Amino acid sequence: MRRDWKFYSQLGLTIVLCLFIVVPVVMSALAGVTVNVFKGLSSGLTLRWVFEVWDLYAQSILLSLGIAMACLVVTLVAGVPLAYVLVRRPSRMMRLFEELLTLPVAIPGLALALALLITYGGVSGYRSSWLFILTGHVLFTLPFMVRSVAAVMAAMDMKMLEEGAASLGAGFWRRFFGVIVPNAKPGILAGALMVVTLSIGEFNLTWMLHTPLTKTLPVGLADAYASMRLEIGSAYTLIFFVLIMPLLIAMQALADRGKRASRRIDTAEDTL
Amino acid sequence: MSSVEHIKEGRSRPSFPWAFPSSLFGRATPGAGSPAILALLMLPGLIIVAAFFILPMALVAMRVADGPDGLATYFVILTNDRYLASLIQTLVMSGGVTVTALVLCGICGLFLVRNRFAGRNVITALLTLPLSFPGTVVGFMVIMLAGRQGVIGSISDALWGEKIVFAYEITGLFVGYLYFSIPRVILAVMASAEKLDPQLEEAARSLGAPTWRVVKDVILPGLMPGLVSSGAICFATAMGAFGTAFTLATDIDVLPMVIYTEFTRNANIAVAAALSIALGAMTWAVLAAVRVFVGNGATSGTGGGA
Repeated sequence: MRRDWKFYSQLGLTIVLCLFIVVPVVMSALAGVTVNVFKGLSSGLTLRWVFEVWDLYAQSILLSLGIAMACLVVTLVAGVPLAYVLVRRPSRMMRLFEELLTLPVAIPGLALALALLITYGGVSGYRSSWLFILTGHVLFTLPFMVRSVAAVMAAMDMKMLEEGAASLGAGFWRRFFGVIVPNAKPGILAGALMVVTLSIGEFNLTWMLHTPLTKTLPVGLADAYASMRLEIGSAYTLIFFVLIMPLLIAMQALADRGKRASRRIDTAEDTL
Repeated sequence: MSSVEHIKEGRSRPSFPWAFPSSLFGRATPGAGSPAILALLMLPGLIIVAAFFILPMALVAMRVADGPDGLATYFVILTNDRYLASLIQTLVMSGGVTVTALVLCGICGLFLVRNRFAGRNVITALLTLPLSFPGTVVGFMVIMLAGRQGVIGSISDALWGEKIVFAYEITGLFVGYLYFSIPRVILAVMASAEKLDPQLEEAARSLGAPTWRVVKDVILPGLMPGLVSSGAICFATAMGAFGTAFTLATDIDVLPMVIYTEFTRNANIAVAAALSIALGAMTWAVLAAVRVFVGNGATSGTGGGA
């Protein structure tokens, strides 16, 4: 292919955009392991700040992981059956319900948190527990689980699968857990990764819902940025990156696999 | 419903004995559970949505109406100069971010799909890196870039002896939202660019169309659905984002910050609620309008929240 000035100017723009994304990430990762940011890297590297962050914020990091897991369980239990009903029994009522279900994604987190506070802020045992934050996270992540599972369910021939299983004498629950759920696994997996990633990083809702005793990772981050030295904030960000990176990579790999699989089906159909 | 399906249905099992639930759930499909089972399957989701979304939202709406100004509070966003100015600022900034992200990612996304070169996959992966960064982290990235100790400041300091710092104002917020939007838009552009048929372009070129005509008449229409839907998500997220502004400075007057200060510092709950409902309605309207124009499923990729 001929490579002219157009190619190189586009490549240049792409590289600039890429630097825009990557440079701050690298800078903050480096700042988190530098002895003194104001003196620069020449002051030496250290893990001191990372340990200090762990001492200060271990509880909020662990709480975030706990909430993410609980959120995953709730969205699985509520979301997978919901996706099944939405795909299996489409109707106007169902579409309306789906719209309602997806609204918390469109509505700014701040508004949703305000509504939860006004409604349940007076229930003291609930308001001050981590369950209050979990509620917000479930509302925000449930649509992602439902969409992801429903997309896979809509693509598979559920009617044939179920009829086949039913003709072999399988009852509904046997069909659901033995045929439907295993077949929807790619969607469930993608949804699960999405839910955990979103829950770990959620700030808009959580900032309004948290109490001094129920700080999550991003709340701690905001706290560190506002009141700690730059190295601590950077080290904390580094810990966040390390936590979130495997999830992102897994998500990307899953998406790539799905794309390749669908391409394989395409070519198979072409040759028929 | 075709008659074949009727026959199939009859073979699978007799039609539903009770008419009401089956009409509620739409048309009967063979093999699916009975209405009772379907209702049971929906129960957890229904409870969550009803108790923690519909009820709170209804209570908020009532709370606003009970306030000192009653229903007029809903229009405070238009009648109060400060809120109106903040709304306009938020709208202009969100629009600006959307357009900038679409132009930049449109060019780069198309480039990445069309060309194969060493490092292409790495660049693609890096560009989608901030996909799930929370707003606070995005804010910190802007500080790293344009803050007092930032790269841009250090470079300009070395070159001209003057530190350029723009992280703690609306420009910084703009940069932050751009940072946050790039991964989403680039993924959408690349997905629609892969579906473009290069033969159409070849045909247009061989018929003598200049490059700008090919871009305008062949490439852009093909990319449009992806651009519109990712642009809508971009706009909606920028409208409601809170974490980035919160990290950068508390005196940036975008709407979410105004709501936050009204609620926490001034305890002005009715106004805060009215403003959030207005903001939510606007955001939802944008997403819904796009879905109507581009077709269903267009906005399914909404993610995160800066």
